[in-house]
Amino acid sequence: MAGILLAGFGGQGILFAGKQLITAGMKDGKEVSWLPSYGPEMRGGTCNCSVNIDAEPIGSPLVTSPDILIAMNQPSFEKFLPKVRSGGVVVYDSSLIPSAETGREDIRVCGVPATALAGENGFPKLANCIMLGYLVKVTGLFDFAFFQNVLRASAPKAKAELGELNAKAFEIGYAYGG
Amino acid sequence: MGEKLLMKGNEALAEAAIRAGCKLFFGYPITPQTELAEYMAKQLPKRDGLCLQAESEVSAINMIYGAAASGARCITSTSSPGVSLMSEGISYIIGSDLPCVLVNVQRGGPGLGGIQPAQSDYNQAVRGLGHGDQHVIVLAPASVQEMASLTGEAFDLADLYRMPCMILADGALGQMMEPVDFEARTPRQLPPKDWATNGHRGARRHTVVNSLYIEPEVLERTVVDRFARYAQIEENEVQYEQFLTEDADVVVVSYGITARIAKTAVRMAREKGMKVGLFRPITLWPFPNKELKELARTAKAFLSVEMNMGQMLGDVKLAIDCARPVTHYGRTGGMIPTPEEILAQIEHISMEGKGE
Repeated sequence: MAGILLAGFGGQGILFAGKQLITAGMKDGKEVSWLPSYGPEMRGGTCNCSVNIDAEPIGSPLVTSPDILIAMNQPSFEKFLPKVRSGGVVVYDSSLIPSAETGREDIRVCGVPATALAGENGFPKLANCIMLGYLVKVTGLFDFAFFQNVLRASAPKAKAELGELNAKAFEIGYAYGG
Repeated sequence: MGEKLLMKGNEALAEAAIRAGCKLFFGYPITPQTELAEYMAKQLPKRDGLCLQAESEVSAINMIYGAAASGARCITSTSSPGVSLMSEGISYIIGSDLPCVLVNVQRGGPGLGGIQPAQSDYNQAVRGLGHGDQHVIVLAPASVQEMASLTGEAFDLADLYRMPCMILADGALGQMMEPVDFEARTPRQLPPKDWATNGHRGARRHTVVNSLYIEPEVLERTVVDRFARYAQIEENEVQYEQFLTEDADVVVVSYGITARIAKTAVRMAREKGMKVGLFRPITLWPFPNKELKELARTAKAFLSVEMNMGQMLGDVKLAIDCARPVTHYGRTGGMIPTPEEILAQIEHISMEGKGE
């Protein structure tokens, strides 16, 4: 179905967003894999994660030419844009990537000001969930309500309110009309 | 079948070990296997076990030596440089006929190397894990599910044959997350551990654990006896997977994470009309010699694919007595080959075959 590459800075919730995608994929009866880039960096460094969601068993867990690129900073956008498959989709955070010049006619490029929207709505750390909302809207990868429930269940039981916030941020991303 | 959980390979392996009745973990942190130790540190104290961070890999393997002598199921995990440090202790454990599970989540080498996935400890695992005449059973998982199910298998094989069993994984398998079902495997029937040096209040003769034999006649006998057991293992415990090999002109031989990438390449080659199959050894020692030799009767060429400079290549040539050409393709130092790269090699070999 899809090889997805999520990329940005460490601390933006890139790995979390990837995990929500495979959780939804698994619940949807698909084969899934999730592979983080790992290195000595913690916060502030670049971070990316390969996600596969497919009807067939996953071969390589590493996504080298993604069908979908989710970019949350300028360096990742520039680095991975040329690798996106023809006919693929790029979803990017337009508040962090002001110049999203692609020079490619064969892909769809969709921007959402996720970080700005997250700040305006009082949850500055949830730009990742806003990105997921917009992703689901522009790709139809999952049903809206189904994926929102996955996000709702993403928090530990003792902190259920965090799951609710994720679901809310997801909805804002889905509703974005840009 | 049980419920499927999403876990990292390192965590799934740790959970499978605990479920296999292993209550003792000794180790020293090293990327990319640290999540395994971290999981043990969180879980074992709550589950009637002990997780101890040793001051070095040398110390950790000797803690394993002691724990294994008591008959308890125990496990240590490390990554490539750590295995080199452990090799003296591993040899002592082999010489003392003790069961334990060793995990190598490989990274690029030699030296400190890097921290990205590699398979360049193949020869070390199957040929030179310690000094002396010796083998350990080596299992190569190819998915997070197998990280779990082969761990249960590793404990059973270790106990059954009284020897260490190594899980040879890599950084990708350790770090990646996939669904895993912990009830997918049925444990084996095992003999009692009447050799263990555990407390018995004088109820029987005391047992001795030792790897020192000053008399060469005695030492030779222990080694020859152990090799008789190795022969049994080679006869009974070979595991492998075959995919579209029946009519294949080109057989790709690959293990672990690389086998999955090779499988994608095989599918792509089939779509292009090439007769290609995949042979995946699951046990690297014992190596599936008979099965590969059988394939050499129908296949025209073999392609060995690993994340190293060509280590299993030698075993494939030995298995088929060099009856067919065997070439190697690999990336090393932490690089992961792409299906397209492997497909290009397959195409090259197929063309050469037609040119003859």
